[in-house]
Amino acid sequence: MTTTISYPESVPPAVFTQDELGWAPWLEPLTEADLTDRHWAGLVDASRSKSPYFMLLAHDPEVLEARTKADKDIFYNPNGGLPRAERELSATATSRHNGCIFCASVHSRFASTHSRRRDDVQRLLEDGLSADLGPRWNAVKDAAVALTDTPAQFGQDEIVALRAAGLNDFEITDVISTSAFFNWANRLMLSLGEPVPAKAA
Amino acid sequence: MSAQHTDLIDQVLSITPGSRLDGLRRHREVARDNIQSAYLALFEPKDVTQVTLLERLAVASFVAGLHGQIVLADHYAHRLSLSQGGPVLAALVAAEIDAGEAKGPYGIYPAGPLSAENQAGPHYRVGADSRRLIGAKLSAALEHAHLLVFRPRDASREALQALLDAGWSTAAIVTLSQLVAYLAFQVRIVSGLAALASSSEQPVAANSDATFTAALAAGVNS
Repeated sequence: MTTTISYPESVPPAVFTQDELGWAPWLEPLTEADLTDRHWAGLVDASRSKSPYFMLLAHDPEVLEARTKADKDIFYNPNGGLPRAERELSATATSRHNGCIFCASVHSRFASTHSRRRDDVQRLLEDGLSADLGPRWNAVKDAAVALTDTPAQFGQDEIVALRAAGLNDFEITDVISTSAFFNWANRLMLSLGEPVPAKAA
Repeated sequence: MSAQHTDLIDQVLSITPGSRLDGLRRHREVARDNIQSAYLALFEPKDVTQVTLLERLAVASFVAGLHGQIVLADHYAHRLSLSQGGPVLAALVAAEIDAGEAKGPYGIYPAGPLSAENQAGPHYRVGADSRRLIGAKLSAALEHAHLLVFRPRDASREALQALLDAGWSTAAIVTLSQLVAYLAFQVRIVSGLAALASSSEQPVAANSDATFTAALAAGVNS
């Protein structure tokens, strides 16, 4: 009988943070010895064989491969659309709303790095979704949150607000894609393992 | 679907080549292609030894229905009803969608300052009659799917243990988790693009928008 993996010594973080966290799986990831060509293709970057998260997802390599390639294009494609900082803001607001402390830690750091607005990002984490981040960031945050509601509440009000804040339709499409993508990522991170404090340096 | 090599999102939103929405989607063409690849990996899978196609379609139909995303809910319900043994299952899933209706996200945070944001909501269980008909294994999958859809922050090691105890393997749980999480993504892409489609094109800065589109068509990195 298979049983889940537990971490009785670990004290999981109980607040949203921009600090680096670790993540530990509740089910057994594959090991490098298990990997066939199909799995290496699924990992996309060979270095991801060092990550327990990706090695767990490698149990279904075709889905992992598609997930990873979509992720990279939605977040890293530099051709037009939403500036990287605001893609990360959308991911952070989505993770904050769903309650994924691990995802929010990673993407709030990226949002801070790319925007140099660390204090605003920190207020989103600490004060939550009502934090006032200025008109443009509020529009992005509120749209991500509306799309994250289940059923999704994203509609004309959010589109009007995004346009009023100066976003064109390519940028609005990126808000939709980045928030939608974190509704995928949050559910995997939250349900297949737990955040753990980063190992002391 | 597979024979035509069409794109499911284009299909359900009636997006035609060269249209405004087609242009917006093709601006992230790698993502567009891989969103479709993920759909094919989940619903035209190479390996059905861990999770059968019927089980996949039942869970997908349930998840799309819980989101109230009508065009995708119809798509999965239709595919389910065309499967061997599907019509009865489709009717049961439709009843469970009604029983599972809720508004998310809700759930409980780790004890501490975030406890002030705890929000109660239903913990769905498959009804006794349905459970008798669909069995403990698929019932466990639907209950886990409801948890992931509405209260992802309540996810726990114990919830995975319940899936293992119901007979799902580790690989099956990874596939089921990806399936539910992918659907949570797919319904939002469709809802978001549908809202954008029904909004008129940006009235202000029409010139700069046209310039941007022209630059895009010319392959210029704006």
